Amino acid sequence: MNRLEVKHLKKYYTSQKAVDDISFTLAPGSIFGLLGPNGAGKTTLIRMITGILFPDAGEIIFNGQPFNPDRDIAYIGYMPEEKGLYKKMKIGDQAMYLAQLKGLSKATAMERVKHWFVKFEMESWWNRKVEDLSKGMQQKLQFVTTVLNDPKLIILDEPFSGLDPVNSNLIKDEIYQLAKNGSSIIFSTHRMEQVEEICDHIILVNKGQKILDGSVTAVKQQFKENIYAIGLEQNPSPINSPVFEVINNKPHQLLLKINEGYKPNDVLLYFLQQQAAIQSFHEILPSLSEIFIKLVEGTPLTRQFQTVTA
Amino acid sequence: MNKILLVIQREYLVRVKKKSFLYTTIGVPLIIIIFYASIIAIGMSGGHEKNKIAVIDEANLLNNGMEKAKDDGAEYVFITGQSPDSLKVSYKGKGYDFFLYIPPFDVTQNTTHIQLYSQSPVALNQKNKIEKAIDNAIELRRLQSVNISREQYRSIKSDVSIENKIVNGREEKKSVAGVASGVAFVCGMLIYIIMLIYGTMVMRGVMEEKINRIAEVMVSSVKPFQLMMGKIIGIGAVGLTQFAIWIVLIVGLQFLLPIFIPSFDPASIPHAGQMPGGTPESVSMLATMRTGLHSVPWGLIIFCFIFYFIGGYMLYASLFAAIGSCVSEDQNEAQSMVFPVMMPIVLGFVIMTKAIAEPNSPLAIFGSIFPLTSPVVMMGRIMYNVPVSQLIISMLLLVLGFLFFAWLTAKIYRTGILMYGKKVSWKEMIRWAIRKS
Repeated sequence: MNRLEVKHLKKYYTSQKAVDDISFTLAPGSIFGLLGPNGAGKTTLIRMITGILFPDAGEIIFNGQPFNPDRDIAYIGYMPEEKGLYKKMKIGDQAMYLAQLKGLSKATAMERVKHWFVKFEMESWWNRKVEDLSKGMQQKLQFVTTVLNDPKLIILDEPFSGLDPVNSNLIKDEIYQLAKNGSSIIFSTHRMEQVEEICDHIILVNKGQKILDGSVTAVKQQFKENIYAIGLEQNPSPINSPVFEVINNKPHQLLLKINEGYKPNDVLLYFLQQQAAIQSFHEILPSLSEIFIKLVEGTPLTRQFQTVTA
Repeated sequence: MNKILLVIQREYLVRVKKKSFLYTTIGVPLIIIIFYASIIAIGMSGGHEKNKIAVIDEANLLNNGMEKAKDDGAEYVFITGQSPDSLKVSYKGKGYDFFLYIPPFDVTQNTTHIQLYSQSPVALNQKNKIEKAIDNAIELRRLQSVNISREQYRSIKSDVSIENKIVNGREEKKSVAGVASGVAFVCGMLIYIIMLIYGTMVMRGVMEEKINRIAEVMVSSVKPFQLMMGKIIGIGAVGLTQFAIWIVLIVGLQFLLPIFIPSFDPASIPHAGQMPGGTPESVSMLATMRTGLHSVPWGLIIFCFIFYFIGGYMLYASLFAAIGSCVSEDQNEAQSMVFPVMMPIVLGFVIMTKAIAEPNSPLAIFGSIFPLTSPVVMMGRIMYNVPVSQLIISMLLLVLGFLFFAWLTAKIYRTGILMYGKKVSWKEMIRWAIRKS
């Protein structure tokens, strides 16, 4: 059973189609990257999944049942991109408040809050106010309040912004741990290297539509351009072969694009015939960043307003 | 439902725990008390000024003796054998503050030739006292000229005061128009202030949530309506708490005050003739006030006050919440957006001041029934036996008005709190309000 199934979800505003027929599924324990340029409709999509907005059309299935915000909200943790906490409220009270709003009893809330505060070394913060915290510390607190109720679906929008590497790793480890325990995580960010590192599945959204869906490895395979790097003791010269084109020629390292109809073995064969000493040979897969740019490039940087005829 | 309670609890505790809550709750009555105490102190301190006045009485009006008013502390010195022209320039040097010159005149005619010389303008109070003394002397002369003794004159003179008795079937009560309108005005004024202060408090709270982006975290756990109502009820409870504390303080002070200031003891008022500065008029005024206050239907007033406080506050708070959800970061923007909401409150206040003078005029009746103005206006009318039917219609409409506006503003609020960056136009707000969920 999938944790979440989104079927043909639509949300039209007067000036644009924010989400235009998006479908995807999310398995338990998977970490799912939701990518897209600014204004692509990610926030609207997330708001529908968290029950903040009602879709105009389409269906959301949560844990095998039609999504019912009143009931299912208790199993969802959402950390929005714009982090918001009550500035004048004591940190302990704030965490307790948010935990209880998620439906935890006072005793359970206290137990969970204490557990996480100890885990993140935040015990001494209890009586401080949010306004006393640095941005990174606020981020940590916000993460804790998001996962306090042990949600089955966790939605994190730019969770690492403003965090130093140590705290980033701390949260990253928690994300892995939560996924291992069966929570599904939707991870929305513009930092492609983080997606590549953390996510096992991605979708790419542009102009309200899904333009890419698959596991990170599959997507990379899909967009690979048969580029290989070969390390040589000495570059032969001249290099002339129908098998490949040289893209980049550095001492001891060549970047090659294999032409249609040839195989990597043909490349090796050519260099072996040239009596070149091969030190390494491996495929260069495109980074998600490159795929992202390739797919989104050509579309205007920010979304233009359009008239909607629903 | 449980979540609404949590929101109410937070909104309430956050505000009550603040130091500023303590300051305003204790400070406001303290300021009021200091204000009144200083007014009373200033009032009592009158007549302590001791002026020395030189008098040349060429008309022989006063017979070398001034019949001074009771609280006239001035000393009158009659001077003979000196010309007014020389004294006019030398009275100051001889230690007098003023110089009163009464030239000879016919007592049967009014004169304008009496002069009072001074370095600077004479206090109105002092001038009145001198005028009164001279009036008395002239009156006495005139009485003598027609052979009427002063005692005879006093027995002729009439001093009527009409008592307004209200017969409403149950109990015959003394009504004192002044006291009634005073209480009505204070009640209307309080409701007016409450709606403004606590209404804007709700608006600021909503703005805080929107600007700090708390709203988005919150609405992923609670419904926007719960968040809005929780805030409105929580802040309303803060207001009620503040009032309860004030009432306790005021009642407590009534018991404490006589211990510190014996003359404040209300029991001593009827025979307060001995009070320093207590003229017979002021004593009778205090007595009227007491009977007036006793004639006020306190039970009805307190019930209506609480009802209209809650109703009016809830209605306007939901409007203020909608406004708060629609402003962006700019504080000045809130000022201009809030204006249309303030208008009916101010209008209600204006109608209320009219309603006190003419409680049964069509404007007053309309104002006390129309839900946007009724909380303020009805409090201004409540003293004057409002027909029960009007009261019921007014209360019913207020409840319906609140439900209507809460429903309408909840829709605006729900969309508004998640809109960032841009100002929301009135057109958009109306569109959000009328579209189907």
